[in-house]
Amino acid sequence: MATLLRLSSASFKKTSFPFVIDLNAASAQSDPVIAISNLTKQFGRFAALRGVTAAFEGRRLYAILGDNGAGKTTLLRVLAGLVQPTAGKIGILGENNPRAACRQFGYMAHPSLLYDEMSGMENLRYFARLYGMRDAGPCRGAIAAVGLDPELQRPVGQYSQGMRQRISLARALLHDPKLLLLDEPFSNVDIRSAREMVKLLTAMRDAGKTIFVVTHQASLLDGAADEFIWMQSGQIVNRTSDRSFMETA
Amino acid sequence: MSATERIEAKERVAAGVRASPGGGATGTQPPITGITAATLAKDIRLEWRSKDAINSMLFFALLIVVVFSFSFDPNAEESRQIAGGLIWVAFLFAAVVALNQTWAREIRNQVLDAYRVSPAPANSLFLAKAFGNFIFVALLEALMTPLFVVFYKLRALGPAWQLLPVAVLGTWALVVNGTFFAAMSLRTRSREIMLPLLLFPISIPALLSMVEATTAILTGEENARFWILLLATYDVMFTTACLALFPRVLEAE
Repeated sequence: MATLLRLSSASFKKTSFPFVIDLNAASAQSDPVIAISNLTKQFGRFAALRGVTAAFEGRRLYAILGDNGAGKTTLLRVLAGLVQPTAGKIGILGENNPRAACRQFGYMAHPSLLYDEMSGMENLRYFARLYGMRDAGPCRGAIAAVGLDPELQRPVGQYSQGMRQRISLARALLHDPKLLLLDEPFSNVDIRSAREMVKLLTAMRDAGKTIFVVTHQASLLDGAADEFIWMQSGQIVNRTSDRSFMETA
Repeated sequence: MSATERIEAKERVAAGVRASPGGGATGTQPPITGITAATLAKDIRLEWRSKDAINSMLFFALLIVVVFSFSFDPNAEESRQIAGGLIWVAFLFAAVVALNQTWAREIRNQVLDAYRVSPAPANSLFLAKAFGNFIFVALLEALMTPLFVVFYKLRALGPAWQLLPVAVLGTWALVVNGTFFAAMSLRTRSREIMLPLLLFPISIPALLSMVEATTAILTGEENARFWILLLATYDVMFTTACLALFPRVLEAE
C-alpha cells in the first residue's frame, strides 16, 4: 500500500510485446498494460473465449459487461494466469506470462479466496507473507482502505456478504499492485457499500492503477469507468467510453 | 462524482497508505522456508480451531484398535508377530481420513487461487501441507501407540529405540505421498475413493518395510536395519518425485 500514492507520479513499465496486435481500438494511444492476441479458451467443446484481440492502456478503469457465459470471468482468469489459454498470446505488464507479473497485479474472484475460520487480519497477514511482507502495517492499511476495522476479531465466516467482499478486495490490494482484476466485486453488496467501493476504485485509478471490473451492475460504474467493454459469446463486441452506451446495453 | 467525494475517497486511500509504511510490492521474496513456515502455522491454527482432521483420525483409529482387539485374542508371542501389521494398517487408514481433508480448506472459497496468483513457490505449499500432515499423524500415533501396547500386551524383545526411526520414516512415507495424491485427486469427482486407490498401491513398499521393521524389533528375531534403510531410500525417492511434480499438479485446471 505504501506506493499507492506514489503510483500517481510513477510511469508504468514500458511494454513491448513480441507479437503483432491489431490496435484498432481507439484507446491504443500509448503502450498497453495488457495486450491480448487471438485469445481462445476451450472447455471441452465449449469455447469460453473465441479469438479475443485487444489492448488496454494503463491508469484507466475498465468495466467488463456481458450476459452470463459471455466469457468475462474466463478472460479475467486467463489474465491472472489461473487458466491457460487454448490458443493466443497475452502480454501483461511487460511480461508474456501472467505468472511473471503476479507481483504487479491483484486478483479478486467471485468467491472470497479467504479462510472462513480466520479473522480478516489473520487472513491478510498470511497472504502478505506470500508476497514477502512481514509487517502488519500494509494489512491494516488495506483493511482500513476498504472501510473495515483491522481490529475486528470475528472469523471471516461470520462476516456479512458485503464485509466479505470488502475484505476480499483488501486482499487483492494488499501488495499494492499496479493492476487490479476484480470479478463481481459488488455482488451481494448493499448499494451504499458498493458506492463506497466504487469511490475507492476511482481513487485508486486516479492514483495511477489500472482496474478491470467484471460486473452485472454497470450503473454503479456510471461516471467512474473510463471504458465499458461488452462481451458476448466469448468475444469483445463493443468498447466505448460513451456513457449512453449503457442505456442500450 | 463530485469534487468533494473524490477528495474523500483519496483521503481514505491515503489513510490506508500512511498506515502502511514500507510495505507493498517492494517487499522482498522470502525464502521457501519462510512461506512454508507461514503456511504450516496457518494450517495448524485452522486445525486447532476446527479439529476436523484430528477428531476424525482419532475416532477412526480408536475404532480400528477396538475392532481388532475383539477380532483377535492373541497371546504375547502372537501379538508380537501381528502387531506390526495391525498398527501400521490402522495408522494408514486413519491417515487417509486426514489426508482427504488436507486440501478441502483450500478448495472452500477457492482459496487455492489466491495462492496460485501469488509469487509464493508451489513447493512451499506442498511442504507445509506434508509437514502439517506429519504432525497430525505423528500426534495420532503418539496417542494410539499406548493403547496398542495395552490391548496387545506388547513388549519389544529387540532394540526398542529403533521404533523411533521406523515411526518417523514410515509416517513421512505415508504423508508425503498422501499429500501429493490428495492434491492430484482434488479436482476429481470422487476424491475420497480416488486417494486410497492411488495411495495404497504406491505405499506397498513403504508399508512392507514398516511392518517388517516393526515386527523385527518386537520379536527381536532379526535386524531391522535393512528395512529402515529401505524406508529411508523410499522417502528420499518419493519426496524428490513429489517436489518435482507438485508445481504441475498445482497449475492443473
